[in-house]
Amino acid sequence: MDFMVFQYPMITIQACLDGILLGVLFALIAYGMALQWGVMNIINIAQGDLVILGGYIAYFMYLYGIHPAWGVIVSPFIMYFIGVGIYKLVINKVVDRDLFISILATFGISILFMQLMNFAFGADVVLANSGYGTTFLFDSNVVLPNSKIFSAAVSIVFAICLVIYMKKSKLGRAIRATAQNARAAKILGVDTEKVYAATFGINAALCGVAGALISITFTIHPYMGLPYTIRSFMIVIVAGLGNLPGVALSGMGLGVFEEFADYMLGTEFRIGSVFLLLVLILVYRRFKLSRKREYLK
Amino acid sequence: MKVKNFIITFVSAIALLFSTSVVSFAKVVGDKIILGAAVSLTGKYSSNGVHTQNGYNMAVDRINSMGGVKVGGKTYKFDIIYYDDESNPKRAAQLAERLISQDKVEFMLGPYSSGLTKAMAPVTEKYGVPMVEANGASRSLFTKGYKYLFAVLAPANLYLDVAIRTAVELNGGKGVRIAQAFEQDAFSQDVRLGILDAAKDTGSEIIIDDKLPKELNDMAATLVKVKQMKPDVLVVSGHTKGALTAIRQIAEMKVDVPMLAMTHCDAAKLSKQHGKNSQYALCASQWHKTLTYKDKWFKDGMTYDADFTKMFGYAPPYQAAESSAALLVFKDAFERANSFDQKKVRDALAATDMQTFYGNIKFAPGGQNVSKPMVLFQVMCDGGKCENKVVAPLKWASAKLIHPIPKWSER
Repeated sequence: MDFMVFQYPMITIQACLDGILLGVLFALIAYGMALQWGVMNIINIAQGDLVILGGYIAYFMYLYGIHPAWGVIVSPFIMYFIGVGIYKLVINKVVDRDLFISILATFGISILFMQLMNFAFGADVVLANSGYGTTFLFDSNVVLPNSKIFSAAVSIVFAICLVIYMKKSKLGRAIRATAQNARAAKILGVDTEKVYAATFGINAALCGVAGALISITFTIHPYMGLPYTIRSFMIVIVAGLGNLPGVALSGMGLGVFEEFADYMLGTEFRIGSVFLLLVLILVYRRFKLSRKREYLK
Repeated sequence: MKVKNFIITFVSAIALLFSTSVVSFAKVVGDKIILGAAVSLTGKYSSNGVHTQNGYNMAVDRINSMGGVKVGGKTYKFDIIYYDDESNPKRAAQLAERLISQDKVEFMLGPYSSGLTKAMAPVTEKYGVPMVEANGASRSLFTKGYKYLFAVLAPANLYLDVAIRTAVELNGGKGVRIAQAFEQDAFSQDVRLGILDAAKDTGSEIIIDDKLPKELNDMAATLVKVKQMKPDVLVVSGHTKGALTAIRQIAEMKVDVPMLAMTHCDAAKLSKQHGKNSQYALCASQWHKTLTYKDKWFKDGMTYDADFTKMFGYAPPYQAAESSAALLVFKDAFERANSFDQKKVRDALAATDMQTFYGNIKFAPGGQNVSKPMVLFQVMCDGGKCENKVVAPLKWASAKLIHPIPKWSER
């Protein structure tokens, strides 16, 4: 194990800032997952693949000479309709069934998307260059690519917009009502079918934004979706459903955790450490639950 | 009812028997020599799989149109049966079985990537089927004692060896400080072993030795360490994602390092995807069009490049060139063996000593090609246009190595 990250304060600061900027982006993806999970009781395994698809939209804009940052606006639009399409084709048939069926269905969608993207866009790793430059802090001992700062800022803006939308708009209220009690909402005149379709669409749109940001900051590839699914799953488990500040915090926490794991254990254990953390948290939750049950007895 | 069932089963059994015997090929049918190949047409290796297939097809076309293969006074033409291995080693091994036992193929061409070649080699070896492969460079392929495996390319441990030696030479023969980051796969780990050997030979010191995951898309941590420790050489090998991620983050984080050496730059289309940011990167390559090797079929690298571009609409990466070379080797071996006996062809392959447009080819007992050195090119930009120029070995250099790389603040 390498403790270099603690020996030089500048590296510690660098790791924290990198982690926070990254975590905000993860939180955006996780928020979409939490929304869908809360409203429809569906765990979307295809979340990461939707992200990558959103990234490809930004990448193609970049190829045609449009600045990829516009992808942040265009990609969610297209992804919304793709999301609604997936809902109408597949998800509405599994939405009332148990969780296991929906996991299987979205797992299938994930494989299908991977293969289709590979078929349509090729297996090359691609990226979109934003040309945003770099910010130097602390006498240029800490460097932050502006693309990372940009993506964190955009994620925050979208998250805030979404929260306001959920609170104020009619559809937002309908979504929240359906999440609380779908049956009651239905009786009181909410068209739950529409709400479900819109929720799935909004989630896909959020993935579209995140994908566009990832194509600007990192790289995209048809098979790179799964780590994003796992991360958002994990963030949601830690934060709980319908807890936006929790999602944001646990997203940033995960980002920082990953950075430190990267420095201390090595880059090869970066994703591995996320998986390990996931297992630990699940075990811990189970432990806590069983204690509660004893108490209830 | 029972009788009806029996008849149906009987008829379908006979139909099945016929259908399989109709599609089965012999090794040589009429005037055709049939080679088998499983290449990745779908899945994660599909781009390079297609380059491999195009390289094979280009050579088959060329050899057939220039008179074919002469064995025993008769002229034969090449034909290839392709299957898609879906970039999956298990599938590749199955397809090797299928090609040999069902399609009765007696000579094979290799798949794309070390991993898939590793999966197929035990099968071809078991049946004694000679396989000439052009895209599996992992050292472990050549240490297993395979007798029927021949690779036209230089083994992976030699990929960046030249870079370290060049850096030491430029340092006045004194050892250099090396930072390295390698993906956790067979190929990159072999490249790493090559660097370790070169470092030991030259008295160089390895100060950062990071491993990269296969989902790699962020190597900021490694680069922060590089910034702090200031090595003389930074070596990165992680297929196309490694090359792209490294260049993006080095440019964004303004990491200054005197020499940056990588693999897979041309597969990553580095100069196209990153433009000026990729400038000065040194890249290991099996082949470059400006090399001056010659042969009868493709003339030289420049002609190959032009012909390939005309036929497929894009410039050939080295993966295509080496695949074409594999067929030249087969043709040469058939003619020298003057027979289609697998053992004789195998012995003829082992005795290969020829020059192709791709390079000299002579196999070591392990099956790897030992007479073709790797080349290093450097990305050089003139205005907005970036090009790869060969800088080492000096014999083929078309430009002078720019060393050390200018600092970001001075660019």
